[in-house]
Amino acid sequence: MTALASAAEGGRAAPRRRPRPDRDRWLGAAFVAPQALGVIVLGVVPFFFVIWYSFNEWRPLTGQMEFIGLENYSRLIADPTFSASVLASLLFSAGVLVLNLVIAIGLAVLLNRRMKGTTAFRTIFFSPVVVSVVAWSVTWGFLLAPNGGINGALDLLGVTGPNWLADPSTALISLVVVQVFKGVGMNMVLFLAALQSVPEEIREAAQLDGASPSKSFWSITVPMIAPTILLTGILTTIGSLEVFAPVQLLTGGGPGDSTNVLPFFLYRTAFISQQFGYASAIGVVLFAIILALTMLQWTTRRKWVHDEV
Amino acid sequence: MRSDASRAARSRSRATTVTLYVLLVVVSVPFLYPTLWMFFSSFKPANEIFLQPPALLPREWTLDGFAQVFTAQPFVQQYGNSMYIAAIVTAASILLSAMAGYAFARIRFPLRNAVFTLMLAAMMVPTEVTIIPIFTAVNAMGLNDTHWPLIILPIFGPTAVVSVFIFRQHFLSFPTEYEEAARLDGVSRAGVFFRIALPLAKPAIAAVGIMAFLRSFNMYFEALIFLRTPENFTLGLAITRYQDFYGEQMWNTQLGAASLTVVPILVVFLIAQKQFVQGLAQTGLKG
Repeated sequence: MTALASAAEGGRAAPRRRPRPDRDRWLGAAFVAPQALGVIVLGVVPFFFVIWYSFNEWRPLTGQMEFIGLENYSRLIADPTFSASVLASLLFSAGVLVLNLVIAIGLAVLLNRRMKGTTAFRTIFFSPVVVSVVAWSVTWGFLLAPNGGINGALDLLGVTGPNWLADPSTALISLVVVQVFKGVGMNMVLFLAALQSVPEEIREAAQLDGASPSKSFWSITVPMIAPTILLTGILTTIGSLEVFAPVQLLTGGGPGDSTNVLPFFLYRTAFISQQFGYASAIGVVLFAIILALTMLQWTTRRKWVHDEV
Repeated sequence: MRSDASRAARSRSRATTVTLYVLLVVVSVPFLYPTLWMFFSSFKPANEIFLQPPALLPREWTLDGFAQVFTAQPFVQQYGNSMYIAAIVTAASILLSAMAGYAFARIRFPLRNAVFTLMLAAMMVPTEVTIIPIFTAVNAMGLNDTHWPLIILPIFGPTAVVSVFIFRQHFLSFPTEYEEAARLDGVSRAGVFFRIALPLAKPAIAAVGIMAFLRSFNMYFEALIFLRTPENFTLGLAITRYQDFYGEQMWNTQLGAASLTVVPILVVFLIAQKQFVQGLAQTGLKG
């Protein structure tokens, strides 16, 4: 059973005794209070405010606030920037999810063996996780520039590289690459921990029975680490839909709106063009997308995650 | 005496090992090269940053970039800002999320599961979505351009739920014998938590502490929204403001500021990487 599964299903992992009032229940409530109230005051309440704002025309500069019903949403549907923004967010998220999980599992499988130097490589792959996202983005900005290090290296091979961040066909994938290499080490570590709990005997038995390495990977390793795939999949999806710094620092949403992901579109609408009501509607849509994708992964889990409940 | 077959098998496995190392080295490049390039390029003169063919090491070593880091902005003060904010956030996150995680795992109280589910659900609301009401509230309280929102939000906001979750998983899987023995000796529940359960929760403390520190130290979006004057900037925001200062290119200066931000954290990571990686891997987040 995954940690998340046990969590969401009400802590059924704990032994079930007949609930008897706990002498310390007030202490329990007091221990939880700071964080629970914090989440309510700084998360839940503001979220309902955002829903309310999204039904209003609100320009903070003039102080004008007026109830307009669903008009912000009908404006969104007609706004080509919005459809481009949803597309950019979905493509970015799909790219990050696939690339991140494939690389994370691949690296974990490569490093999950008794071999000299695996610790060193694990350290290298994890290191971008501790690097500041601003420093990481700025550095990749230099490397991806038209006359930067990557095109310089391609030149030496006789290839003329594109203007990675300004070409509509390469800008989004460049951001995906920057985001994936920044964070994939974290997932790799989680997969390494999961792989180390797969008993060696099972794989050896499969090998003796004549299973090829790829067969034993797909029918033994993958099912055994499926709970971790589910958890990292959900967390990676949420994280990728929240991306902001690399977009602002590397492409500014362009060229066109090809990298204008929803959080960045929201930021520009709220804090550059000062339309709080319209920006709130974008926020509601962003939350709806995160909710839908999380529910999708969570509800389909029984089809492919066998090792739980 | 070795047979031909076993010699062939051995050389095949050696070939596999060599292939594996070559593969790992090649894959390392996009993880390692940017950081190395950032570090060495901060010792280059500005006109060498885009010099072709590209080179990792400076042709001409100079500290000009670093010197300007400190003259163009109050970098020392900005460094101090980031450090003190991250220190408060880390300490408070450990204490508060350990208390909450302990209560969720060990104490039965009214609405426990409802509150926990609500907290997990709040993780799906990105900071960007709730930033407008929070921004107006911060403004109304006159706390714009102060460090208060950067301290309060990561400690109490929805991003802290992961920490509560890690501690809850730790306490759920940690044996209760020590705590029960202490309770029989008449120690209060709070005493059990502070004197026994918390000191024994070192892996969870390490994981939560590291994550809280990194999240605060590398915070960017909230700093961009709330901070206005360079004296109040944190490092992430400061790094972005070295571009085209006074209209001249400060590429090496920007990379120098980035290096000064990243390298100390990397050094701590290299020294403590075992605790870093294993603490994160062993703490509840795994399946």
